[in-house]
Amino acid sequence: MSNEITEPREDEIQALVDDRLDPARRAEIESWLLSNPDAAARVADLRAQREAVEQAFSGLLDRPVPAQLQNIDALVSVQPSPVWRMAAMIALVVVGAAGGWFANDAINQSQVVATAFTQDAVRAHSLYVGEKRHAVEVNAQEEKHLVAWLSRRLQNELVAPDLSAQGYQLVGGRLLPASVTGPAAQFMYETGGGERITIYIEQDETGRGNDFEFTSYDGVSAFWWKDGPLAYVLIGKKDRDQLLALARATREQFTP
Amino acid sequence: MGRTSFDLVEPHIPSLRRYALVLLRQDEQRADDLVQDCLVRALSRWHLWRHPGNLRGWLFTILHNIYVNDVARAVARPDVVEIQDYFPSMAVPANQVHSIQLREVVKAIQGLSDPQRQTLLLVTMEGFSYDETAEITGVPIGTVMSRLSRARDKVREEVAGETKSRGRSAT
Repeated sequence: MSNEITEPREDEIQALVDDRLDPARRAEIESWLLSNPDAAARVADLRAQREAVEQAFSGLLDRPVPAQLQNIDALVSVQPSPVWRMAAMIALVVVGAAGGWFANDAINQSQVVATAFTQDAVRAHSLYVGEKRHAVEVNAQEEKHLVAWLSRRLQNELVAPDLSAQGYQLVGGRLLPASVTGPAAQFMYETGGGERITIYIEQDETGRGNDFEFTSYDGVSAFWWKDGPLAYVLIGKKDRDQLLALARATREQFTP
Repeated sequence: MGRTSFDLVEPHIPSLRRYALVLLRQDEQRADDLVQDCLVRALSRWHLWRHPGNLRGWLFTILHNIYVNDVARAVARPDVVEIQDYFPSMAVPANQVHSIQLREVVKAIQGLSDPQRQTLLLVTMEGFSYDETAEITGVPIGTVMSRLSRARDKVREEVAGETKSRGRSAT
């Protein structure tokens, strides 16, 4: 038969349900459905489902918008973001549960200030530690070039700390965009067993304190600290003690 | 940043909130935090929005990314899906889809995987085109179509199953 209708593709069925087909094709498929009762039943069900979804949630549009979302001045001055505050609360619970054995240490437990900066650092860490071939942009064989390049971009003298005494060798590093200010630098290290940590460095002109701040987030632990115009985050899948030892060794080398 | 950009964003707040509310299964505080975070990012990156462009799509893209990156992993998936609140008054007019079926559809949607749920909601609840949905969720359009198809069939099966079992228990 010359006017036989081609069987509709699955995306055409979806477009039919959403009423997004051009009229000619729509008419063709509608008539094809007349002789295909199973497909017709499915289309009828999916259309009813679509209508149900539209109705079920339409009432939510009429809810009054809370003041939280109306005050523009509050919105643009919010730092850190509320979502991150939520993660920080979780981190607080974790730290709280870890107990008070650091009471005499330089760490002030109340200072679990999880910032957008730490969040960026953790995200960058999680993104690249799993990479085999592209874990770093410039590898450790070109350490001199790497350090000079990152120093130039961050407008500060950096070093790639030597953590060999702790069992970590430099893998390399990369430049990353940062949401707070300017670019960020990431150095990656690994043990002979392939366990990796990263150090994330960003310019930070805020007058925040210099103490180590511990955060546990997204399955990894992080220590934040600040020296001069730069802030640092050391991240790894380590417990707090082990990570603190690494953070101290790192900090010493950045600020001799 | 400033009055003008917020004035442009403001009309989209109710639908951003609705999407956040459904994604976060009616956790109002988290939903408002998510929307707030989305607005803060949008206003602070206002220069990145190509004007004239699809502002609504851009806002949903920002919200989607925050949800996927930060929120979804922090929010435990509840065992029990609370559907009561979607229907503040159960007075659904008689000419509308039967309220029992609405409940079942909502319940089935909330049981879907996040990517399927997002795709179905963006297309059906928010009325985004398939192209826009692909852009918002950051996947090719073919993925959008297959997620949509699978999501709808799954909801259809669930609803049919529920109806059947209710019919059986009634007899």
